[in-house]
Parts: sequence; C-alpha cells; structure tokens
Amino acid sequence: MFRRTILRGALAAAALAGASFGAAAQEPIRIGLILPLTGPFSTTGKQISAAANLYVAQQNATVAGRKVELLIRDDTGTADVTRRIAQELIVNNKVTAIAGFGLTPLALATAPLATQAKTPMVVMAAATGIITERSPFIIRSGQVVPQIAYPFGTWVAQQGMKRVVTIVSDYGPGHDVETFFSDAFKKAGGNVENIRVPLANPDFSPFLQRVADAKPDALLVFVPSGVGSQFMKQFVERGLDKSGIKLIGTGDVTDDDILNSMGDAALGVITAHHYSAAHNSPTNKAFVEAFGKANGGLRPNFMAVGGYDGMHVLFEGLKKTNGEGGEKLVDAMKGLAWESPRGPISIDAETREIVQNVYIRRVERVGGELYNIEFATIPNVKDPSKIK
Amino acid sequence: MPSKAAVSRLSTLGRWRLAEILFWLAAAASVPLLTEHHLVLTEIAIIALFAVSLDLILGYAGIASLGHTAFFGAGAYAAGLFAIHVTNDPLLGLVAGAAAAAVLGFATSFLVLRGADLTRLMVTLGVALVLGEIANKAGKITGGADGLQGVFMAPILGRFEFDLFGHVGYVYSLVVFFVLFVVARRIVVSPFGLSLLAIRDNPLRARAIGIPVNTRLTAIYTISAAIAGVAGALLAQTAQFVSIDVLAFHRSADALLMLVIGGTGYLYGGIVGAVAFKVLQEILSVWTPQYWTFWIGAILVAIVLIGRQRIGNGVMGIWARLLGKGGAA
Repeated sequence: MFRRTILRGALAAAALAGASFGAAAQEPIRIGLILPLTGPFSTTGKQISAAANLYVAQQNATVAGRKVELLIRDDTGTADVTRRIAQELIVNNKVTAIAGFGLTPLALATAPLATQAKTPMVVMAAATGIITERSPFIIRSGQVVPQIAYPFGTWVAQQGMKRVVTIVSDYGPGHDVETFFSDAFKKAGGNVENIRVPLANPDFSPFLQRVADAKPDALLVFVPSGVGSQFMKQFVERGLDKSGIKLIGTGDVTDDDILNSMGDAALGVITAHHYSAAHNSPTNKAFVEAFGKANGGLRPNFMAVGGYDGMHVLFEGLKKTNGEGGEKLVDAMKGLAWESPRGPISIDAETREIVQNVYIRRVERVGGELYNIEFATIPNVKDPSKIK
Repeated sequence: MPSKAAVSRLSTLGRWRLAEILFWLAAAASVPLLTEHHLVLTEIAIIALFAVSLDLILGYAGIASLGHTAFFGAGAYAAGLFAIHVTNDPLLGLVAGAAAAAVLGFATSFLVLRGADLTRLMVTLGVALVLGEIANKAGKITGGADGLQGVFMAPILGRFEFDLFGHVGYVYSLVVFFVLFVVARRIVVSPFGLSLLAIRDNPLRARAIGIPVNTRLTAIYTISAAIAGVAGALLAQTAQFVSIDVLAFHRSADALLMLVIGGTGYLYGGIVGAVAFKVLQEILSVWTPQYWTFWIGAILVAIVLIGRQRIGNGVMGIWARLLGKGGAA
C-alpha cells in the first residue's frame, strides 16, 4: 500500500511543482520542447534546448502580450517515450505547440498525435523527407536530407568530377544521402559506387581499402556525427588524403560541435550544408556571440540554429494569431520568411518545409580554430523530393 | 516424511496475503484517482509486466538473460503487423503477440539450455541483437529504423475506443497485466513452479530426484517469452506504432535493473522496481532534464550499498533499527 502512497505523493508533488509556475493572472502560452537530452544523441538535445532558451530569453519570454513558458522534457531518444511525453504535454499541460524531435522515428511516432489533438508540431532536427507528409500540423525548421544531398550531387558534377564513391552508415538518413546524392550526380553524367558500413562500431579500413583501389575523384561520406572524427583519422592513416581523392560529405560530418576536436585531419574537407557557425552575416555574428555567452563558450551547430529558428517560427505565428493555437497557428506559420543566422529562409506554404540556401564549405583554420568556410551558395533550395 | 511445518508452508503458498490484496486495490484506485497520470502509468504497467516475465525465468528458474527484449520486441512487431495486415482487434492482437513470442521463445530455449550462466547471457544477448538487425534490415515489413507506422486499433471489445488521454489504454493495460500476473502467480506456486525452484537451487540434484530439468526449463522459458510478448503487444497497441527500439539492448538491461531494485523471485519485485524506476525517472527528468541519469545512478548505488534485499525489507529493516528493536524485520 505504502508504495502506491509514495507514488501518488510523488506524482502529486511533481504536478504541484509544474502548476506553481503558471500562477500569473493570465494563463501563459506553454510550448513543449521534447528532445533527447541523455543517451547517444544528447548533443542534439543540448544544442537545441540552449538555442531555444536563448531565443525565449531574447524575447523576454513574452509574445502577443502573454508570458511564454518553455517546458523542456527528455525523451532519451526513445520513440514511445517521445510520444507519451507529447501526449502528456498536450493533455495535462495544455501546451499550445510541441517542438523538438531529435530523430526521424521520434517525429514519426508523434505525428498522428499532432493530427488527432490539432496541435502544431515544429520539427527542429529530424531530417527525413516523409515527416511533414505525416501530419498537416507539422512545420519543419531544421533541414531535409534531400535538400542538402541533391543539389550537392549536381554541384560536385559541375566541378568536373566523374567518379565518386559513397560511404554511408547503414540506416535511414544514410540511405537518403546515398540515394539523393547519387541520383543528382548520375543525372549530371557522373559515375557512383555505393558502399554501406554498419552503424555500430564501424571499422572503416576494409572499406577505405576498396576506395583506395577504386581511385575515384572523390569520396562522399555520411556517418552519425560522433563517428565522423574516427573516420577522418582512418582516412588520413591510410594516406588517402595524399592520394588525390577528395573527401566530401554533407555538413553532418564536419558538425561545428565536434569539428575542432577532429584536428588537422579535417582540413580541406568539402561539405554542403545549410549552416556554418562561420556564416558571414551580422545576424549570425550576434547569434554565435549570444549563444556562446549563455553557454560557456559553446559553439552553435546546425541543430542549434534549427531550434532557434523553430522558436522564431512559433513566436511569429503566435504574434499573428494573438496567442491562439491549433490550425490557425499552423496557417500563420506557413509562408513566413525572415533573415536567420544561417541566411534568408522561409517556410514553404504548401509543403510546410523549410526553404533555405545550401552552402558549399571547406574546412579551414581561422584564428586557431577549425571552421567550415562557405565559398559557394546554392540559393533557395526547396526539398527536391517534394517537387517532382 | 515431510515435516508438518513444510507441508503447511506449501499449502498456504498460494494464498493471497493482505498486503497483496491492498496493493491491487491501490492499483485499481489509481484508475479514478490518478487520471492525469494514466499515460505514464500505462508505461509502468507494461514494463512491470515485462519485468515480471523476466522474473519468471531469472528469479524462479535461475536463467539470467540479457536479451529478454527479443520477446518483447517480437510481441510488439507481431501485434503491430497483425493490426495492419489482419485485423485491428486489440484482444486478438495480444494473442498474436503472445503466440509469436512463444514460438520464438520455444525455438531459442534449446540454445539457452546448452550452456551455464555466462553462456546464457551471451546467447540471449545474441538472439536479441540478431532480431534487432533483422528488424532494421527488413525495412519493407517492419519500417526499419523509422519504426512501424500506421497501426490503428479498433475499440476494445468493439466498445471502448483508445482516447487521447490514455484512460482506456491504461485500464486495458492494467486489466491485462492483472490477469497475466494472476496466471504467473498461479504457475509459481504450483508443483511445476516449485520444481523450478529446485532446478534453480541445484540442477543436478533436481535431475537426480526425477525432475525433467530440460523440459521444465523449456516450458517456463516459453511461458515467460509469451508474457513478454503480451507486454510488447500492449506497447504497440497503446502507442499505436512500433519503433525498432523495442529490440534495443537497453530494454533488457532496464528490466534487469528493475529486478535488482525490487528483488527477484517473488514477482512483486518487478512491479516495485518498475514503479520505483519510472517514478524516479519521471520526477528527476522533469526537474533536471539533462542530468537526471546522474541522480538515478546515485540512487541505484545507494540501494546496492544499503543492501541487496528487497526494497520493502530494506525499509522495514531500517525502521526496525531506528526503533532500536534490532533487525527483526
């Protein structure tokens, strides 16, 4: 019996703690932010929550004359937990919108809920194409894999490269990068060989040997961000960096969060992505500085900018609806366009997908630190998988 | 000639004690009293059922498993696929989940019987890993890493529809949990269950007095797998999707952890552990979303240091010591 009493007491205490925040005269607008804050994808959650907190603080936690309350929850990167937390936030905390979603399955699991509860859902990180098609209440503020990989394939072909080998981790996003890059590259007249490597504990040496034997113009790599530095090391150890094979990839590999720890092995790597902390604009300089100041010198990465812009979309939408949620809020967020730290971006009114520039960057040493320096721009890229 | 005390102990083994009845009454009371928390309570009921299934083989038959989630996952995928391709009636889905897990449990029990403890750990771990990889590779059937989408459940018994607040889902999970718990409880106090204890304590001697060790172990392993399969099926039905994570190692580890918290070999250990673990996680992760794992870890270490007894006994022991009556809990 007493176990249940403890349980009840504890839950009641938790509920009280939650309720005591909202003692203001007018009900605050609550936004639920569900992120993987522990476990293997915790860096995603940390970057996004830091950026979202920064944005809310910069707006004095007020929109349309009402207080905004950000409820941050950890889903440990487990899909059924994400869904359950989303459900609790909607049902118990009466949130106006839910946001976050670090990985594709987490967003997919929650999508039916957004439709059922008519709650707007801002996807800040998960990047598979199909997500926004799963619910009319989903808006994406991060990026879509094909949006980066497809134009990159075309660009690489334009540089006169004829043969590329791709190495991707054997999971959803990896397959997406492989497919869309290869499609674009082949369409532009190039030749591609695809290699897939296991997601867990990869030893790249046999695969790199195959690459060395094939002698392509370039090697495209996509691995989860933590594994990137391991890959770089093996690439250099095998002397591939001196063999004339260019190392290219999507920006996930040279993620700003870990780029510095990769050391000189990463120098010269060419990637395509939508955000670099070194993006040259006043908006970005202010963002990077404020972000670093609030987080002990941490450098924001593309996840952070997805979180920051996601909050901006929500705040602008709420301004338009005067704090109202539901379908009205989704409609208000459609078609928004503004200058983000990553450059000019907008939300496509039709697909609810983000439209943004894709930048081609090279890793260089600036002021003692490694940065992705942008040198070419492919403007206003829509998700190519939804154009057709 | 068995002693009188032993006979009376055996004959009262199956009797429901007051504490147990109160426990289940409290669980039933949570339906009207804790309506706001039905979603997390559903999750607790499901993992408690899963932990109970693990206790059946670990606490009663002495089979340590690091891959019990293989059956949880098999049940979840079976129920999910059954709902998509055959019929979305929830009760039939539970049967499908149980059946799939039971078949898998029966098939793999022969691998498990081959070795001693360490071998078993590795074999069970291996089975779960292999299944996880199959689910990942068979993306056309299972949805791969994106998870199985599009599971829609019909109302239970044609009347009770799963609602957004999770009320129906909770009552449903709790009832299924209770029924299976009663079944498990009946099994462990039956002569069959007692023979398992004999096998656990001394397999050689058990064989010598005529207990068919391998048959019994196969049987309990299959039963345990079926119950774990039902737990997985419940998750698939209440969450209305299946993620590949149901086959992940951490699920097996969590179940073991709950048994460590609650104690093995009395069925309630899994429940106590599940409730303690989830409630702690719920409170701590809301309080400090980034660092709650640290506090969970610290509390676990404390539990182990205080003594590896069951939580209930531990608390009673401290209570008794505080009262100065010695450790007669």
